[in-house]
Amino acid sequence: MTSKQFFASSIGKKITMGLTGFFLISFLIVHCAINAMIFFNDGGQTFNHWGHFMGSNLIIRTAEIGLFVFLLIHIIQGLLLWKQNRTARPVKYIVTKPNENSKWYSRSMGLLGTLILIFLILHLYHFWTPSRFGGIADVHSLEETTLTDYNNQPVHDLFKEMLLVFQNNLLVVVIYVLGVISLCWHLLHGFQSAFQTFGLNHKKYTPLIKLLGVGYSIIICLLFAMMPIAIYLHWIG
Amino acid sequence: MAFDSKIPKGEMNEKWNDYKGHVKLVNPANKRKLEVIVVGTGLAGASAAASLGEMGYKVKAFCFQDSPRRAHSIAAQGGINAAKNYQNDGDSVFRLFYDTVKGGDYRSREANVHRLAEVSTSIIDQCVAQGVPFAREYGGLLSNRSFGGTQVQRTFYAAGQTGQQLLLGAYSALERQVALGNVTMYARHEMQDVVMIEDRARGIIARNLVTGELEKHFGHAVLLCSGGYGNVFYLSTNAMGSNVTAAWKAHKKGAFFGNPCFTQIHPTCIPVSGDYQSKLTLMSESLRNDGRIWVPKNKGENRKPVDIPEEERDYYLERRYPAFGNLVPRDVASRASKERCDEGYGVGTTKLAVYLDFADAILRYGKIEAGKMGDHSATEEALIKLGKDVVKEKYGNLFAMYEKITGENPYDMPMRIYPAVHYVMGGLWVDYELQTTVKGLYALGEANFSEHGANRLGASALMQGLADGYFVIPYTLGNYLADEIRTASISTDHPAFIDAEKAVNDRIQTLMNIKGKQTVESFHKRLGLIMWDKCGMARNEKGLNEAIAQIQALKKEFWSDVRIPGEVNGMNPELDKAGRVADFIELGELMCKDALVRNESCGGHFREEYQTEDGEAKRDDENFSFVSAWEYMGESDWKLNKEELKFEIVKPTQRSYK
Amino acid sequence: MEHYKMNLTLKVWRQKNNQSEGSLETYQVKDISSEMSFLEMFDVLNEQLILTGDLPIAFDHDCREGICGMCSMHINGRAHGPWTSNTTCQLHMRAFKDGDTIVVEPWRSKAFPVIKDLMVDRSAFDRVIQAGGFISVNTGNAVDANCLPIDKKNADDAFMAASCIGCGACVATCVNSSAMLFVSAKVSQLALLPQGAPERESRVLNMVAQMDKENFGNCTNTYACEAECPKGISVANIARMNKEYLHASLNTES
Repeated sequence: MTSKQFFASSIGKKITMGLTGFFLISFLIVHCAINAMIFFNDGGQTFNHWGHFMGSNLIIRTAEIGLFVFLLIHIIQGLLLWKQNRTARPVKYIVTKPNENSKWYSRSMGLLGTLILIFLILHLYHFWTPSRFGGIADVHSLEETTLTDYNNQPVHDLFKEMLLVFQNNLLVVVIYVLGVISLCWHLLHGFQSAFQTFGLNHKKYTPLIKLLGVGYSIIICLLFAMMPIAIYLHWIG
Repeated sequence: MAFDSKIPKGEMNEKWNDYKGHVKLVNPANKRKLEVIVVGTGLAGASAAASLGEMGYKVKAFCFQDSPRRAHSIAAQGGINAAKNYQNDGDSVFRLFYDTVKGGDYRSREANVHRLAEVSTSIIDQCVAQGVPFAREYGGLLSNRSFGGTQVQRTFYAAGQTGQQLLLGAYSALERQVALGNVTMYARHEMQDVVMIEDRARGIIARNLVTGELEKHFGHAVLLCSGGYGNVFYLSTNAMGSNVTAAWKAHKKGAFFGNPCFTQIHPTCIPVSGDYQSKLTLMSESLRNDGRIWVPKNKGENRKPVDIPEEERDYYLERRYPAFGNLVPRDVASRASKERCDEGYGVGTTKLAVYLDFADAILRYGKIEAGKMGDHSATEEALIKLGKDVVKEKYGNLFAMYEKITGENPYDMPMRIYPAVHYVMGGLWVDYELQTTVKGLYALGEANFSEHGANRLGASALMQGLADGYFVIPYTLGNYLADEIRTASISTDHPAFIDAEKAVNDRIQTLMNIKGKQTVESFHKRLGLIMWDKCGMARNEKGLNEAIAQIQALKKEFWSDVRIPGEVNGMNPELDKAGRVADFIELGELMCKDALVRNESCGGHFREEYQTEDGEAKRDDENFSFVSAWEYMGESDWKLNKEELKFEIVKPTQRSYK
Repeated sequence: MEHYKMNLTLKVWRQKNNQSEGSLETYQVKDISSEMSFLEMFDVLNEQLILTGDLPIAFDHDCREGICGMCSMHINGRAHGPWTSNTTCQLHMRAFKDGDTIVVEPWRSKAFPVIKDLMVDRSAFDRVIQAGGFISVNTGNAVDANCLPIDKKNADDAFMAASCIGCGACVATCVNSSAMLFVSAKVSQLALLPQGAPERESRVLNMVAQMDKENFGNCTNTYACEAECPKGISVANIARMNKEYLHASLNTES
């Protein structure tokens, strides 16, 4: 079997989704941990320190390329699967009661993923483009978040960017919270699903994995959601 | 017409070996040129088609279901016998042979039964190699259970789904041959007739049930593996589609019909609940290992079974047959239930049921479990709970099935059971080679008048079906086909095919054009009632004569007033059913005729005139030690031929289970 | 158990053949006993239709004891109806009450085209088995059955997987019409047994390739298949097949 055949097969596609998804899950841990530094409420010092590290470390920057590639694969593959799966049932049922046999979010990964994608575009526009290109090509207006000094080096003041984005902007906060909620449902299914895809289904361990998945999804998403809320409510800043 | 059972000469235990040593062979190059048609894909058909495909024959297999995996062999629950003696309890080929001949009430052919016992061990080997997941012990070796009152543990099983697992094994072997191109599978096809050229079977006419088209198929030989005809009774444990059509068409083309009246009525089935009932469901015989069968001692008892005190219960099997108790063979147990119900002691709303009670077993197992835990002061409640767990592990799936159908919980309330038609020992008469009286036409499995004589033992049907398909026909068919290598494939444009197709088409048109007022189903029900009442568990001369007259009248009515809606060209289940019911009606008449001439009681055939003083079957070896082989002469006209049965080894004795 | 009678409204999918369009038709049935099976209720309806000059409803069924896998209705939005671990033929009318409306549709999947009314063509399953759902052992090749001890747990798991009846409820119920549960049950059964080892890799690769060819959808682990499977086949089998497939893919030389 060639690798092309593998990736074209139904299980190959599934494994691709699982692998890329798993990578994104581990990325979220890092992302969430570093962002949670804002809760030190030290004017963004710790947060910016780590933000700078992430933005300047060669290894991390290389990994970032991988992240985008994986993200793209996850999105494209996901959309292709969604389309293919829809055509597998050309005539729909008139009556269905899917909630009697499965969780709605497990059936709505495409929809949740699309919502997350919309949110992600806004999110990248808010934070990623200024930190990457702001100083360089003026892709994003950084008039107000100029560079700040850190260890005698000029760094992007991403903390300030957060304040700017969230502090007086209820709509953005709401969109973020909704985005994070979509993410939470997506993860609730995706986390344990990835293990199933890799062939890990065990009487003893699967319940643990499922529990871990629920814990992970809730903690990560709660932390993420708290960030815009805390800033909006001036708990931080 | 002369007919010869072709039993090989020599010692009983050498006959089959000897036969195999001298049988004609077909060389591999010639096998590729020989075409074989297999009708039916149950255990016999699937195993035969697969084995013949493996050998290199060009096989065409037909089934009326949507896939060969659906054949009704799949529903067999209990297990499959084999003389492996893995339990070191004294089993042997001879014992299996002996038990089967005796269990069949001395109405089977010894040589065939001996061969069956011989190949039984290879069946288990073959199935295990195919990946059939039989039950195993902790050491990883195969597990056995005792079944049907035998004194040795020789039954191999896969929970309560042995038939399913064996059939899926044969089905997978068949599908492998389909993939390899050796077998062509025709699902949703029903055989409509055998095509005869000169004195040989040369093919079939089949109807594609999806398009309604008639198809002509040539074969150097035709194998009928189409199962039994229990559905002649309308209500039976058979599948809804199980039918006699293939066998009946063969019969009308010259194949003798053997022992048609030998029907097995299984004692433990879920009773009928109303006149809408479409089929009956078997509760495995294994339940009788632990359940006790009883009826109230008082007529018209209306209390709940649990409220009836011990002294007011009649454990009639234990009373009548102290040696075997609840484990008496099927025919004996069935008749005993009927006797109690006929006397007015039946239970349930219809009063046609008896109790199968697990309360004692639950308590007994509870005590054993408590003992294992060293708890000698457990309350009865605790014991019952422990016991229920044990019973659940042993029979959980059966109990669940019972509850699903009746809505009653058998852990707390005794099951209600009643006998139901389950299997037919009768079928197309075949010789030692499984060839019918028509050259090139073979019958395998339940479709033939089998090795079971007048009564089949539990876990023997699966054994016979697979023996015929895997280990008998691959040898015996070669003996015929070796002489056919010079016969080139005959074009289906041959006049014999055209005529046969036309006859089938004419019959279909006739049926469609009746446009009467009564449904096919209603005729089938009426036929079933006649058969059950007069040719069922007990038969008598007067009833049988009445039945014959009633069936003849029913036949007339059917052919003048049946209503078949829909079209010929397309899927039309009513038309399919009509063809089957028309054949059942004719068969019903023959069954009654057969029962009428057999002036004795043996196995499943109980003639009320021939019983001992205490109501047991009275066999007449002097006058009836033969196989009735009925020859079709014309409408309602049959000639009885007799194949004398000679017992060299197992001398007939009175079966006694007292 | 109290028995009762009921009157029902049935909305049943009627479709002449594969080519024609279908639609839901409404029928009334009266005095249906709670003790009847669902298919017996259909028998009553069909008798009624025949006698009033209508065409009876075509539906697949055979053993009526929940083992052949032939019955296949989507009843009130669920494969095999409202009971779990159950086939349509074993569904009984006490699941419904007087005055209920019951909507009955055929299995819906591109891989299972409608033949007529509620009958569908599931031959795709046979072709998947042909691709590798067997152990290549010709009749007569077998060694003594007890030559090969098999770990009881593996034997039991293989049996559980092998209890699949091939009804297609997994496909019918899956939001993606995926056949993973069916295919994985056979792959698992044979992967768990030592007899299946020689063909272990080619089997999973070929069966999955055939499954994909048959237009089934992709599995997204919703586990609806397991919930609706009449025989309770576990999705652990799907995980096992994924693993087998990955392993086989990495191991092949081309």
